[in-house]
Amino acid sequence: MRVDSKILNKTLYIGLTGELDEHAADYTKAELDSLTNAAPMQRVVIDLSGLSFMDSAGVGVLIGRFKKLKARSVPVFLANPAPQTDKVLRMSGIYQIMPLV
Amino acid sequence: MDNKMKEQSGNKMTLIVPALSVNEAFVRSAVAAFAVQLDPTVDEINDVKTAVSEAVTNSIVHGYDGKGGEITVRCEIAGGGLHIEVSDAGVGIPDVARAREMFFTTKPEQERSGMGFAIMETFMDGLDIRSEPGKGTTVTMSKVIKRDA
Repeated sequence: MRVDSKILNKTLYIGLTGELDEHAADYTKAELDSLTNAAPMQRVVIDLSGLSFMDSAGVGVLIGRFKKLKARSVPVFLANPAPQTDKVLRMSGIYQIMPLV
Repeated sequence: MDNKMKEQSGNKMTLIVPALSVNEAFVRSAVAAFAVQLDPTVDEINDVKTAVSEAVTNSIVHGYDGKGGEITVRCEIAGGGLHIEVSDAGVGIPDVARAREMFFTTKPEQERSGMGFAIMETFMDGLDIRSEPGKGTTVTMSKVIKRDA
């Protein structure tokens, strides 16, 4: 799992690359928390285009980050999921709280 | 039934791996590689990989509570489809009906989505869960993969 980031126009863009499963979940949580804690931003966009696989462990990671950022009033958006990732996310209903951009 | 299907029917594969999360990617990829002989679509392969990953995660996280053990994965081709059995000798599931409910999880503090069985049910064409507290759990799933000749 690789986590990349950049800040542009007060938006923190995070890119996830690799396979987000149970094995990668703890590392990904820690990386996302450290990025979102460090950066002053008004919103977060998580780009999922680099994910070649994601299962419900990934849904748990994303919802956990959403809750932490919601407490700071920072909205989170998702972008570019591949079909397999999109199918899992759609089923979870996550787009209602983290809309696609 | 053509010759290819006759030859494939009954073809089997068994994997036994330690219940470590690092093995999840290997197991789902191995099952996907075994399924390729049925000429599945990319979507069908992704469904199988996702369901297998959920079953293996359940064994690691719930069956063995992260303390290790063995997971056995059996695959068989029969009746124009793929049959997969994932079993552990872990703590078992006290209430299978409850565990199957969407978003039900016994470990909400670990940010678990509670979607595992719902994903297996939705992504596969059949799901059966047999569990005995203290003895373990066996999840059987099937996917119809039938190409017109």
